[in-house]
Amino acid sequence: MTFEKSMARLEAIAARLEDEELDLDGALALFEEGIAELRAASAFLATAETRLKQLNESANGVFKVTDLRA
Amino acid sequence: MSGRRRGGPPSQSLGELELFAPAAPPRRAESPRTPSRSARQVPPPEPREPYVEEVVPGASPAAAVSVMALTATARDVLEGAFLPLWVRGEVSDFKAHRNGHWYFCLRDGDAQIRCVAWSRDRRRIPAPPDDGMQIAAFGQLTVYPARGEMQFSVSRMEAEGDGLYRKALELTRARLEADGLLDPRRKRAIPRYPRRIAVITSRDGAALRDIHAVVQRRCPAVQVVLVPAAVQGESAPESLCYALDQVARWRGADIVIIGRGGGAREDLWAFNDERVARALAECPIPSISAVGHEIDMSICDLVADLRAPTPSAAAEAAVPVQAELRERVREYANVLAGLTADQVAHARVAVDAVAQRMPAAVVRQIDRRRIDIESVAGRLNAMSPLATLERGYTITRSREGKTVRSVRTLERGAELDLVFRDGVAGVTVERVPTPSSGSPASEGES
Repeated sequence: MTFEKSMARLEAIAARLEDEELDLDGALALFEEGIAELRAASAFLATAETRLKQLNESANGVFKVTDLRA
Repeated sequence: MSGRRRGGPPSQSLGELELFAPAAPPRRAESPRTPSRSARQVPPPEPREPYVEEVVPGASPAAAVSVMALTATARDVLEGAFLPLWVRGEVSDFKAHRNGHWYFCLRDGDAQIRCVAWSRDRRRIPAPPDDGMQIAAFGQLTVYPARGEMQFSVSRMEAEGDGLYRKALELTRARLEADGLLDPRRKRAIPRYPRRIAVITSRDGAALRDIHAVVQRRCPAVQVVLVPAAVQGESAPESLCYALDQVARWRGADIVIIGRGGGAREDLWAFNDERVARALAECPIPSISAVGHEIDMSICDLVADLRAPTPSAAAEAAVPVQAELRERVREYANVLAGLTADQVAHARVAVDAVAQRMPAAVVRQIDRRRIDIESVAGRLNAMSPLATLERGYTITRSREGKTVRSVRTLERGAELDLVFRDGVAGVTVERVPTPSSGSPASEGES
């Protein structure tokens, strides 16, 4: 799950929680899912250093991302 | 002797006899061409031979030279006498032949010279000139033997006011426009939260360093992946197309930035190449072009989903600020916890309302429902990212279940619940700050 998808899902969950028609179990399930998304998003944001990489393609068309030596 | 003619003005009239004089060809030492031409096959007279008309080529009907020998020798002489040079004049009778060569005349006053630009020599000429255009053309003066005409073989061209470059841009632009590639509706939104950005540029250029620095400052969680390409020189268009093709097949990037730092117009020219523009238009990944400085506008800028004035600006447009993202995540956590708590409270109220109107037998059942609600509320609190109980924080609640947010709401002897990660403890307040002193207490601490 990407950060973008996590944020979109959180948006949708928040919108549904605002809907008072939810039963309690449904609300809790959404909440639990939301927590999982929050964890994923936070993990993505924990990175503190950009890794500069280079795309390499082998002869048979397989791509590999390797560290770019400065 | 050759020394006699070297450096002589090219306009000097050359007699046939001189042409075939045994002296070295009238060729400048710098000239790269070799003198071996058919005319040289005519054996020069032996130096000790008497000066006889029958022996000297062209000196008598018996010694007449062939037309081919004459034109070839004339060509040798002209090419030897003139180094490649710039000539200024007005273009007329321009014709682009099917075989890729261009033919035209350069004129001024009453003079004109026939010109040709061979297809292999045209790479450095941005666009064909129009009739009437004032240009300077660089080339070699020579003879076209098939017509016996003097001809100027052109390899570079500059028009007044950048006319050729402007024309080349307009032609490319018109072709792309005709194919709908410049339609604003084609432009895709740049993803707001990219994980990986592919950067098509030179490995050693300033662009990559600038982009990396901006991403590091704004959002280090985003990975920058170089897809190396030549960004100037004759191989640049092909190299850029290849890199775009790689990005398209890889599909590992959320955004692709294509560009380079500033440079001379010729250095930026690859980004005006039609092939590059079409490859960029076909790229399935949303693209940002960043070519040169703010004033430089390229064809790639027109085709890309977003045009950035510089590589740094492209990086700014591509990545969000990480601190702002963290803030947004925190807001979502708050919203989520708040809304869910509302749902629980709503359920509580509903159950209470029903219980008041029910006979005792039914109330027991409702009580079970109430216990369900409380267990949900308990789990909610245990999971709440706000509470962050796992890090050692606790929530302080009144016995009624309200969170205590300020010490000023407390009285001595008040009974409270401390909610830990793994359970709830009941406590009694022993001291409270006097109303005048005391800091504005942080929430929940007791």
